[in-house]
Amino acid sequence: MSSAHELAASIRSGDQSASAVVEASFGAIKERDDEIHAFLHLTKQRAQAQAKAVDETVANGGDPGPLAGVPVAIKDNMCTRGEPTTCSSKILDGWRPPYDATVIGRLEAAGAVIVGKTNLDEFAMGSSTENSAFGPTRNPHDTTRVPGGSSGGSAAAVAADFVPLSLGSDTGGSIRQPAALCGVVGVKPSYGAVSRYGLIAFASSLDQIGPFAQNVTDAALCFDVISGHDPMDATSIPTPPIPTLPTLNDGVKGMRIGLIDELMGEGIDNDVIARTNQAAEALTAAGATVERVSIPATIYGLAAYYLIAPAEASSNLARFDGVRYGQRVEGQNVAAMNVATRSAGFGDEVKRRIMLGTYALSSGYYDAYYGKAQRVRTLIANEFATAYEGFDLLLSPTSPSTAFEIGAKSDPMALYMCDVCTIPSNLAGHPAMSVPFGVGDDGLPVGVQILAPMLEEARMFKAAKALEEAAKGMS
Amino acid sequence: MSGEISRDEVAHVASLARLRLDDNELDTFTEQLCVVLETAAELNSLDLSDVPPMAQPYPLSNVMRPDVIVLSLDRDEVLAQAPDTEDGRFRVPPALGEAP
Repeated sequence: MSSAHELAASIRSGDQSASAVVEASFGAIKERDDEIHAFLHLTKQRAQAQAKAVDETVANGGDPGPLAGVPVAIKDNMCTRGEPTTCSSKILDGWRPPYDATVIGRLEAAGAVIVGKTNLDEFAMGSSTENSAFGPTRNPHDTTRVPGGSSGGSAAAVAADFVPLSLGSDTGGSIRQPAALCGVVGVKPSYGAVSRYGLIAFASSLDQIGPFAQNVTDAALCFDVISGHDPMDATSIPTPPIPTLPTLNDGVKGMRIGLIDELMGEGIDNDVIARTNQAAEALTAAGATVERVSIPATIYGLAAYYLIAPAEASSNLARFDGVRYGQRVEGQNVAAMNVATRSAGFGDEVKRRIMLGTYALSSGYYDAYYGKAQRVRTLIANEFATAYEGFDLLLSPTSPSTAFEIGAKSDPMALYMCDVCTIPSNLAGHPAMSVPFGVGDDGLPVGVQILAPMLEEARMFKAAKALEEAAKGMS
Repeated sequence: MSGEISRDEVAHVASLARLRLDDNELDTFTEQLCVVLETAAELNSLDLSDVPPMAQPYPLSNVMRPDVIVLSLDRDEVLAQAPDTEDGRFRVPPALGEAP
């Protein structure tokens, strides 16, 4: 399948029909998704109707929009009206939301065709997509390996060329880490840049929706479509968004880029460090100045995150009580029904995080755990602010390793370590993205992370584009 | 903070969170939560007395919308997704009675 921007151009000009393109996407999914398991549900009727509408607009001389006829996959924690939305949890099995998430409406208004809902770690809690009530997703580069997570289905769908674009959500790295492991581009926008109305909440002070794409241009195109103020999301930033496409090819000449010391040593595999150093050299060759920078508080990010995210999750997931939606297990009174429903409906990782969060927020422990983690969050944001006085962008690995084998990390703490490079940006609320840059010693994709100050996506995308150009020359 | 949590505390926290754990689950979760809380104890080495807490990254406050009546979700469509309903309302088992 061609890239999203090429597909849209050919559909807008009438060279190809959206209906044929969406059938080709379903054909590719049918051929290989039994093996990959990227999708939980295909939205065939909705896709065919949208493709037909796009084709009719073109036939009538109209313009269906910048994503005309482009097949897009959606992580199954974003609401799609009348279509299953499970969060990969038994507790929501069978639920069909009565409304669309804002991002769904924006994509369709731009001509995109939603083809289906993708697998994730239950309620987006995980780093491997093994933790889904409906079975794991496999990495298209090596099906014995994980695709990363929690947006593993969306990453795999793009990597397997089922669709050129997909959406994920990123709370501690859930877009960037699977993008790295699957060899695709993955973007976590600034907190508040993309509406979360209709995204089923995990940790509300951290969650952001963002795109996966096979190339940087497509990711920029998708970001420009989905970003912008939404009155339905009280955390949505009211100022007009800055588009990223117009300046995409401006290059990095004169940019000052800091390579984060703390993420280039212990705990990070040597081949990943080597590729990240090569990325720094490539950016230097393209005209940027790259220097090492120390951001000491980043090493406390993991500990702070695994208090803040579970605390917020324990509150957000209280709504799954068997009353208004999803599954119910009966009990003799309402409390017994709540307990029976939640105990049967949630998987182990979700229960673990709910309990961790409930404990961190409970009387007598609040200051020691949640309160302390919130102060560390300020520390990290302050250190980033200081770093950005001397640098335009920061650089690091995305993931400590390439894709690991399914079942290799059964201990929760080992999986949590996967997020060490990505968590600081969520805590600070800043944008960051992963760009594929070569392969590791095992031949599997490596991703390099570009971090930018708040709302500086346009600058971030320029560097991503430069890295992508450099990576093309590597092989 | 000790960085540890006892089996009884895990059982108490589970009941607060409306979860029921069997004996095996209690053992496993106690062990796993201890490991995570030990990692969290790393934060004890930091002097944070002068650092204010941060609740969210982009501090918008008092976000309002114009006071205009708009259509909300269709009641029948919402209720159609509920486990049990009666007379246009969500229906639940008796709220009074013995605790679980």
